[in-house]
Amino acid sequence: MLTSGQLLEFANTNGIPIWVLDASIALLLSLAVFAICGLGVIVLVYMERKVAADFQLRWGPMHVGWRGTLQLIADAIKLISKEDIFPKNADPWIFRLAPTVMFLAAFVGLMVIPIGPKLVVQDLNIGLIYALAIPSIGVAGIIMAGFGSYNKYAMLGSMRSAAQMVSYEVPRALSIIGVVMIAGSAKLSAIVNAQSVWYVFLQPIGFVVFLVASLAEINRVPFDLPETESELVNGYHTEYSGMRFMFFLFAEYIAMMAASALTVVLFLGGWHGPGPAYLAPLWFLIKVFAVIYVMMWVRWTLPRFRIDQVMDLGWKVLLPLALLNILITGIIMLL
Amino acid sequence: MITEIIYFNVFVILGAAIVAIAIGLSKLLATRKPSEAKLEVYECGNIHVTGDPRIQFKIHYYIFALLLVIFDVEMIFVFPWAVVFKSLGFFAFIEMVIFIAILMLGLFYAWRKGVMKWV
Repeated sequence: MLTSGQLLEFANTNGIPIWVLDASIALLLSLAVFAICGLGVIVLVYMERKVAADFQLRWGPMHVGWRGTLQLIADAIKLISKEDIFPKNADPWIFRLAPTVMFLAAFVGLMVIPIGPKLVVQDLNIGLIYALAIPSIGVAGIIMAGFGSYNKYAMLGSMRSAAQMVSYEVPRALSIIGVVMIAGSAKLSAIVNAQSVWYVFLQPIGFVVFLVASLAEINRVPFDLPETESELVNGYHTEYSGMRFMFFLFAEYIAMMAASALTVVLFLGGWHGPGPAYLAPLWFLIKVFAVIYVMMWVRWTLPRFRIDQVMDLGWKVLLPLALLNILITGIIMLL
Repeated sequence: MITEIIYFNVFVILGAAIVAIAIGLSKLLATRKPSEAKLEVYECGNIHVTGDPRIQFKIHYYIFALLLVIFDVEMIFVFPWAVVFKSLGFFAFIEMVIFIAILMLGLFYAWRKGVMKWV
């Protein structure tokens, strides 16, 4: 195992510029992150189907592999070999680029999530703002998909998505101001290190607001208005098929992972847990899956909101609550 | 700083490359039999699509979008304040309360004016 000093020396003696070294390490790390993403999405889709089946008293996928574990591999092969239909009137560039934009926004956002002490790709000083800002670019992909596919349902779905993003961006960002105030840093690893007590106990209002707004940001039920099956067919990805459709799915699940990872980092103590230090990533993973399980639970418990109820909840309930949370936190910290 | 920018760019390029490779692979493997009916956009109950989806319709939330701009700027302003809050003390807290109170006044004004009603 080379240390960074040895690597630098190697680069100096062979005349390799530093940025090439940086870029090659970054390439390896990004491949690793992609591998984790792929694996995570396979596990998540399987889990989603099994949890859904469990809530509805069925078995779920059972035939491919042991208890249906290979079902997702079969699905991926099916999606690769499916025809990529390009509708007659669709805008060629916007239609084709939309899945890329959405996938990139979700994937690049994972760069700052710390899964263990020192186990993070780039620990930015403004990691928190980065983790909020980059994934929300994904809505541009949704609007591109809706506009590009020249379909009425897709158009309506993407417009709803824009409305939802507009409403929930604000309470989501303001609910974590309290966390930043207590931790005194916007660096994600510093926030985890500061949590001797989990912030969910110090910031209960912030936690609830953040979780609800996160559900809305990643378009999960009860806020899945952009893709309401019963009224908009499939929302913004009605016209997509094959590989491009798969990337929409992929991006959605990565966004879900990122949102739950952020919840764990900010409120549930990150990688902290009993046992030796090398168990830290395991604890992180367990907590992330617990949060994801709660999201799936919510999906099969609550009915979908109407669009005006969604907007009302965002502006008239969550936003004042988030601001109240800042006020309470400030007063308690000053006393 | 440079390192961070390099990392970001590498992530973006690799992500785009992965999408391109996967879609290229599916181009090689997938069947391709376009027909008139298949290339039509989907619409419920119609054989032929009627009308144009890109029409002018009332988007209810453009004022929400204006509010978003205001509150997003506020958020960017509050973040640095929150990071150094511990060392700023009582006076800075009162200042921030006044700042947020002014914004809340604006929000309640918009509320009373019926901006947040979905009609």
